[in-house]
Amino acid sequence: MAYQPDRSQYPQPRPDGSLDIDLRSGKYLKLWQGPQHPGITGNMSLELTVCGDEVVAGRTHVGYLHRGFEKLMERRTFIQCFPIVCRICVPEPDFNEYCYAAAVEELAGIEVPERAQWIRTLILEMGRVNSYLMYLGGQAGAFGQAVIGQWTTYARDLMLDRFEELTGARIYHMFILPGGVRDDLPEGFGRRMEQTLREIEEILEEVREVMFDNAVLKRRAIGLGHIDPALLDAYGVTGPTARAAGVAKDVRRDHPYLVYPRLAFEPVVAQASDVHARADVRRRDLLLSIDLIRQILAGMPGSGAVMTALPNVLHWKIPRGETYIRGECSRGEYGYYLVSDGSGYPRRVNVRGPSYTHAVALLERLIVNVNIADVAALMVSLHTYPPEIER
Amino acid sequence: MHELHERLKAIFPLGELTVQRPDLAFITLGREHLRPLLLELRHRHGFTHLVLLTAVDWIEEGCFQLTYLLNDRAGARDLGLRVMLPREGASMESIHDLWPTAATYQRELREMFGIDFPASPGVDEPFILEGWRDIPPYRRDFDTLKFAEENFNQRPGRATLDPARHMRDRLHPEGE
Repeated sequence: MAYQPDRSQYPQPRPDGSLDIDLRSGKYLKLWQGPQHPGITGNMSLELTVCGDEVVAGRTHVGYLHRGFEKLMERRTFIQCFPIVCRICVPEPDFNEYCYAAAVEELAGIEVPERAQWIRTLILEMGRVNSYLMYLGGQAGAFGQAVIGQWTTYARDLMLDRFEELTGARIYHMFILPGGVRDDLPEGFGRRMEQTLREIEEILEEVREVMFDNAVLKRRAIGLGHIDPALLDAYGVTGPTARAAGVAKDVRRDHPYLVYPRLAFEPVVAQASDVHARADVRRRDLLLSIDLIRQILAGMPGSGAVMTALPNVLHWKIPRGETYIRGECSRGEYGYYLVSDGSGYPRRVNVRGPSYTHAVALLERLIVNVNIADVAALMVSLHTYPPEIER
Repeated sequence: MHELHERLKAIFPLGELTVQRPDLAFITLGREHLRPLLLELRHRHGFTHLVLLTAVDWIEEGCFQLTYLLNDRAGARDLGLRVMLPREGASMESIHDLWPTAATYQRELREMFGIDFPASPGVDEPFILEGWRDIPPYRRDFDTLKFAEENFNQRPGRATLDPARHMRDRLHPEGE
């Protein structure tokens, strides 16, 4: 049932603006969505208060996979943190590696070879393709289009093949480490990547026709989960969610890093700021990533070092200081705040994932007045990954 | 950043400025000046985006460092505001009315560091931990190894190697 303009049967606002919800009145039901639920991204849960089939209040709950990464890193040497960081975000782990490595390099005064900068950019764009493909499947699935997820999972597998031949791993690549990257591109990598990109493009064209031209998606996603652009800064909204609201926030352009200043691109934007606009921005951003991968492979220097000599990492002390390094991941601003006290261990590592703001304060605001059946689609549209909330 | 610092210093008694990069600097200030400085930066200097709010435990100096990192997108620059609080009874004014999302950061800092933010929504509710009775776990004096040994069983046959000692033994088996 759509949103009912007659609000007489729904909770009335108190003077402070909050809703007057009396759970003993028999008009409301507490409904838990998650932590194990197909309509939840990752392991978190939504505590919904529903009136009829409309959500009148929602609280988010995290903590189901807290592993204490930030604390663990305080007891490990700088190089020992490197294999830990990628595990903070499963679907797009490489941003953790890049941000951590760049933060350590900055505090330690390490120069990274140029070719390594190109390979890092390549890896990050490959990861973005993977993450968006996973998102498209989830977003379509939330509207009952299960087949899209099967197609995009196949397409993602093709990119995982490229990851495997480049890094030796499909999920946690552990490839971008302080000083550069672990290895150079294998022989013939560019040719095989081009083949993969073409196949993904073909699949995306079918996804566009079947998913985006679908009447069900248009009817349900247009107008759902509208974010007022005036709220973007108040709620720390970044990435495609901000770009779908007409604000071209993109760290790749706003705070250029790696070789992005040498690549030609414009951030993808839309205006409607609803679930449909966010899905469309991500689909077009995916095509942009494919284009960027081609630009990177064409523009990369033919040869050169990919790793700089590091001091003995077992006795590596980094001068006292603090810094913040950010990148534009598929969900928005991803950043690492690193503090060194001059010892061989980080004093503090704080991971700033976009889900931290999108999946808690923003989601709790957007979820009010949404139909129960649309909650999953709304949550997926924010493209949140809970591990980066609880780190 | 130096120019911005000079302009702000004319209004607020500010402490040390650390320029980390041309687009990133940190300023230390007293807790009583935080709110007016945040408002000044947000409304007059374009720092509208609260990137993060976190804490660093300087246990040796008996204080917590709160870091409020702000971003000015148009100016492509970041400014970190450092507020030092005594560790004992650490408490700070909430800024959830300026950035609603700050309530989440403050709730986490209350749970993980024990820093209170009176009047911040849900600040006393568990955020990530459930039924936690020990000292806040992100404080430096919380011993993770001791906690793990007391609460988790070791898998038989599993050994933990100290990397430095392990490599020394591998490279110099006869001893140094």
